[in-house]
Amino acid sequence: MQRNEFTLGLRDSLPVGVGYFAVSFGFGVTAVRTISAIQATVMSLTNMTSAGQFAGVGVIAAASSLWVMLLTQLVINSRYALMSLALSQKLGRSFGVVQRLIVAFYNTDEIFALAMQRPVPLTTRYMYGLGVLPIVGWASGTLLGALAGDILPSMVSNALGVALYGMFIAIVVPQAVAETPKRVAVLLSAVLSCLFTWVPWLKTVDSGLAIVICTVVAAAVCALAFPIQDKEEASR
Amino acid sequence: MSAYIYIAVMAGTTYLIRMIPLVFFRKEIKNRFIRSFLTYVPCVCLTAMTFPAILYATNTVVSGTVALAVAIVAALWRRNLVTVAALSCIAVFVTEWLMQTL
Repeated sequence: MQRNEFTLGLRDSLPVGVGYFAVSFGFGVTAVRTISAIQATVMSLTNMTSAGQFAGVGVIAAASSLWVMLLTQLVINSRYALMSLALSQKLGRSFGVVQRLIVAFYNTDEIFALAMQRPVPLTTRYMYGLGVLPIVGWASGTLLGALAGDILPSMVSNALGVALYGMFIAIVVPQAVAETPKRVAVLLSAVLSCLFTWVPWLKTVDSGLAIVICTVVAAAVCALAFPIQDKEEASR
Repeated sequence: MSAYIYIAVMAGTTYLIRMIPLVFFRKEIKNRFIRSFLTYVPCVCLTAMTFPAILYATNTVVSGTVALAVAIVAALWRRNLVTVAALSCIAVFVTEWLMQTL
């Protein structure tokens, strides 16, 4: 039973592991313009974040201060605080401090999405199973991308750049189709995000910060407009 | 400065952002607004990251738009994560190849 949960986690996260391999391959290809292949791989293995790493390589390329690096990561990755808060509610009592310290390391957008959509209570074995393949895929993809970066035609590496967005769309669209409140939430978020991209003054806002603002505003508006049912009400 | 120092700062910051809420906010939240808010966080956050950024992720807005359209259609067909991602990559490659040759 316990081992099955681990295997189940592995199976559920297989597409994420493969997807991460493809996406981090793209990251590796671009990262070696600034840092070595080994440094890029160490970065992927220790960070497990896409947008944060892309921005981080930019900071290193610009030779900015460590404070700029810290602030950049804080702003771009602050969405993980919201995700961890949501995940913390879902993790049961079987998760002690040590288990939470481990899971925190790889609470990425996709692993978070997989954990949250699981209809039964989460076990520690299942969560460990979820982590393995994405971590291996992310690190090995970076290494191979970094090594292949020079030989690969630019049109191929360019095409790999949308893999991450494709995965996000695959997560969001089915939810938006199934539930009206989520459809409204997604449309609202998309409109806000467009404002931060195209409106003259708003587009000067840092893109990581803009994502946080869009998330907080759209989620708050929808939480007021479409509050979820309480568990007791829902079970009646 | 060694790139490893930058990488250590990145990793430390990112880990703390993920770890603090998981370890220190463990009591079940009763407040209905906060629980509703957290329910909407995943999909609105992914949306804000994807759109309109995907339009500018490639060499031209044309191939970015095609990638978006292909991914949405594939997702509506309930293809899995990897298939949708792969199809959008192929869409970009084919579009840019066509634009270059035609």
